[in-house]
Amino acid sequence: MPVTTIGDQEIHVDDEGFLTEYDEWNEDLAKELASNIGIAELNDDHWKVISFLRSDYQEQGETATLRRVTAVGGIPTKELFQLFPKKPARKMSYVAGLPKPAGCI
Amino acid sequence: MKKLVILGGGTAGTMVAAKLRPRLDDDEWTITMIDHEPTHYYQPGFLFIPFGIYTPDDVVKPKADFVPAGVDYIEAEIELVEPEDNRVRLGDGTVVEYDYLVVATGTSIRPDETPGLDGPEYGKTIHDFYTLDGAKALAEALRLWEGGRLVLNIVEMPIKCPVAPLEFIFLADSYFQEKGIRDQVELTYVTPLDGAFTKPIAAKHLGSLLEDKKVNLEADFYLERVDADERKLVSYDEREIDYDLLVTIPLNMGADVIARSGLGNEMNYVPVDSGNFLSKQYDNVFAIGDAADLPTSKAGSVAHFAVEVFTENFLRHIEGLPMLLEFDGHANCFIESGHGKGLLIDFNYDTEPLPGKYPLPGIGPFTLLRETEMNHWGKMIFKWTYWNMLLRGKELPLPHEMLMAGKIDEGVR
Repeated sequence: MPVTTIGDQEIHVDDEGFLTEYDEWNEDLAKELASNIGIAELNDDHWKVISFLRSDYQEQGETATLRRVTAVGGIPTKELFQLFPKKPARKMSYVAGLPKPAGCI
Repeated sequence: MKKLVILGGGTAGTMVAAKLRPRLDDDEWTITMIDHEPTHYYQPGFLFIPFGIYTPDDVVKPKADFVPAGVDYIEAEIELVEPEDNRVRLGDGTVVEYDYLVVATGTSIRPDETPGLDGPEYGKTIHDFYTLDGAKALAEALRLWEGGRLVLNIVEMPIKCPVAPLEFIFLADSYFQEKGIRDQVELTYVTPLDGAFTKPIAAKHLGSLLEDKKVNLEADFYLERVDADERKLVSYDEREIDYDLLVTIPLNMGADVIARSGLGNEMNYVPVDSGNFLSKQYDNVFAIGDAADLPTSKAGSVAHFAVEVFTENFLRHIEGLPMLLEFDGHANCFIESGHGKGLLIDFNYDTEPLPGKYPLPGIGPFTLLRETEMNHWGKMIFKWTYWNMLLRGKELPLPHEMLMAGKIDEGVR
């Protein structure tokens, strides 16, 4: 598993840069990850999504779908597209330090 | 007498009944299976109907044929589960009490959950192949179709059999070639995921399949609505895809009775321990197969391996003993890739599909993550295995846990 340094932190990531260790994530790291994908500042709405994703992952063992973030997290899908433009599912899991949504192959 | 009630007589429910009946003493336990649908469908066969490879006769048998001796079968709508009172209310007002409940009510497509999808064009220019009626209507549409833009879209994950949409597009390529009109057909695969292959090793081995078969890919497409009059898909970020014929995999959801009974999550799936299928809410309720919220594919294969783990655990749980086996999420699936070939994948919660041989290391006869004719025959023979072995609860010579033997671990996850 590749190791990379972001900010002053060493983290384990997969080939696409997604964190592979849940516990290596912290809020400072999230800010760095966000800026890597063109989100200059994380506002309260971003944090709401991120904290929902983090806690939901711990319970469910997989990253929430957009539909679940909307239905359970209460954040409208349109808003997810504004917060994490173009590819919200992929971008929000990247910033939250979780695996991207995936199929079985 | 103790009472075990199984809700649902599909793949998972029938296997549970077949496995448990010989293991539970007739003098101590009754087993009752309840389902509203008189027909058992071989659902993996729906894929072949649009292309005329299977007819409805291949995929349909009476449910009653698969009720094991000694199991009571009630054909009725399930109105409500009242887990606090350990009872189930049926559509005709009957109340069935239980000591233990196994929920195996499955998942189904919900075209009505997407604006514009479930209108007058459904069955005409918009089709599915996740129901027998849908697959039959699509067979007729394809037979008469002279070409144009065929778009296949997945509304949202998780779906039943997540490889079926890919198989459909591969078979479509093959079908139109044989018909001699492939050059007049544009095939497009539309997914909310970031690609058709999202696992790194599968992507490495199979990533070029769509390109080889000249199938367009629209990834990260999150459908907001369908404009059925203009024949286009519109995403939340205002991308549009035009079609002449849409083959859709609508949103999949668990049964409404799960929601009514307060047993489900937002998709009507029952939250369970992913290792032993025990409900997170009730100590005498299990959910198995597609009805459970397991973090893996919704597939008969998952149900098959899960039922083996469940059976041993259940027999201990009712004795007050700790459940010893932990389900690892094992599944394997044949994937038709067209032109008489197929692929095979074998994976679990933690290990993505890897190349190698299955089930015998080095021998096979099946080859993982590669197109072979043998894999195709494996898929075709599976229909017989399903009707005659799996549903009867007979042992297949396959361990329920995923094994690394025979797999080539390429060192990345």
